[in-house]
Amino acid sequence: MLDGFRDTPVLDRINWFMAALLVAFLAAPSLIVIPMSFSGSQYLQFPPHPLSLRWYAYFADSITWTHAARASLIAGVLTTVVSVPVGAFAAYGAMRLGARFRLLVSSLIVLPAVIPVILIAIGLFFVYARLNLIGSMLGLVLGHTALTIPVVFVVMSAAFGQFDRDQERAARSLGADWKQAWLTVVLPQLRGPVAASALLAFVTSLDEVVIAMFISSGESTTIPKVMFTSLRDEVEPTIAVVSTLLLFAASLVVAVVLRKGSAVFKV
Amino acid sequence: MAIAAEAAGRDLYNRAGLARDARLDLFLSMAFTLPGLAVVAICVVIPCGWLFYLSAFGPDGNPTWDNYRRVFTGGGYLRVFLTTFQVSLATVAACVITGVPFATFINKLRQEQARLFLAAILLPFWTSLLVRAYAWLVLLGRNGVVNTFLLSLGVTSDPLPLGYNQFATILGMTHIMLPVFLLPVLGAMREIDRTYMQAAAGFGAGRAFAYRTVFLPLALPGITAGAILVFVMSLGFYVTPAILGGGNVQVISMRIARSLTNFSNWGAASALGVLLLVATGLLFAVSYGLRHMILSRQRR
Repeated sequence: MLDGFRDTPVLDRINWFMAALLVAFLAAPSLIVIPMSFSGSQYLQFPPHPLSLRWYAYFADSITWTHAARASLIAGVLTTVVSVPVGAFAAYGAMRLGARFRLLVSSLIVLPAVIPVILIAIGLFFVYARLNLIGSMLGLVLGHTALTIPVVFVVMSAAFGQFDRDQERAARSLGADWKQAWLTVVLPQLRGPVAASALLAFVTSLDEVVIAMFISSGESTTIPKVMFTSLRDEVEPTIAVVSTLLLFAASLVVAVVLRKGSAVFKV
Repeated sequence: MAIAAEAAGRDLYNRAGLARDARLDLFLSMAFTLPGLAVVAICVVIPCGWLFYLSAFGPDGNPTWDNYRRVFTGGGYLRVFLTTFQVSLATVAACVITGVPFATFINKLRQEQARLFLAAILLPFWTSLLVRAYAWLVLLGRNGVVNTFLLSLGVTSDPLPLGYNQFATILGMTHIMLPVFLLPVLGAMREIDRTYMQAAAGFGAGRAFAYRTVFLPLALPGITAGAILVFVMSLGFYVTPAILGGGNVQVISMRIARSLTNFSNWGAASALGVLLLVATGLLFAVSYGLRHMILSRQRR
């Protein structure tokens, strides 16, 4: 496992074994929710007995869960639609600034990612209470947008850093107006990073618990808020169903990222 | 004479034009960043500034230290801070102990194999915190998978208390933080020139000696960056301790939320919040200094 040193077969086997253990630790625990979702029992027990689709039916029929799912989807889509252009423009503007201004702007923009989210949540709660935004979709989307802007900003900054600005200049000097230059020269080359940041923004909003817990209620109550309350107070079997659905969505995302993302996610 | 004067005039004209262009460029660039800055100001800077105000001024509008004094003297706040640091440090330790060898292993793999491992790291990265907390509850609970397994093997006669305590919290947090730790460490290891270790081997260094004196120091900036990131993020955790701690683990974030939802005590909540923020800021400053120190020492 080190350059220049040959591993003995025994050492090699130990290395692989330890690595496999760690991979199991990382990837396996979440998978347990899949068999749990087919349980027919009221209680949390393994192996699930008897097997049934009872909780899937319950999920589909439950007003609480379906409303929450709708609110989560709306919040996620709106957050993505707002934060991707806002974050991308900020990254573009920051790239054009001088070094000192750029540092100032980027440290301000990534602030929401650095500050503990509980502080943002209670601060928003306090401000929203005065603006009558508690429980509103607008307030929730605004809060989520603040959390996702740093993500979009970082991804897009990396993309603009590799983008040759002379191409935009060349397009302009050849007679394109800025709109044409953006639509035909700049954006098509940034499709990957834009898609990646949109995906990240959507998932961040979809999974966000703490802000939703404080400022969403009634119509805007999201899936994570319902899940968290249930997990903290009394675990409801529907959680396994919701978890399975979320896990399925996450696997789809990882599959897409691995297929297309090597150029986008430099890990 | 006339020609020279005209040239000078044109030069002046050009320069004024260029300066105007530069101003316009700066103005435009600033304008692009404005919407983003506005959202951050509205959602983060103003609310957090307000919390600072609430923590330092009484209801009558006069400055007071009462909120901070209460944090340091009573109500078990000190224990909350201690628990938070304990849990965070344990999480960092678990990440470093398991993550550094793991990253060393992945670093040497061929592209396709490394890709598979990355997928395994990324999958939990994309999975909701709540799903993972629930999964750990299923695994560690009294009638959970681990206990059922141990009981059927006859290893124990009573279910072990695995869930709803500090152990479960640290396990759950390590599960969440390990991918966050691995990414910068892998990044740093990838930068290391492979010939260095080959040279160490060629000069007769032992495996452990070469690893300790050549490889690890070169990976150190990435490891410290990852460790500090994990520590700072752990300090602010809320969801995982609240679920996996089952009320037996009180961390700062939970106490802040409780001060508000149960007691509507804005003074205490904001003072705790400000202290958490200050701790976070200090740690980032320290990490920046540490990184600088390591890098400058290596250059010498």
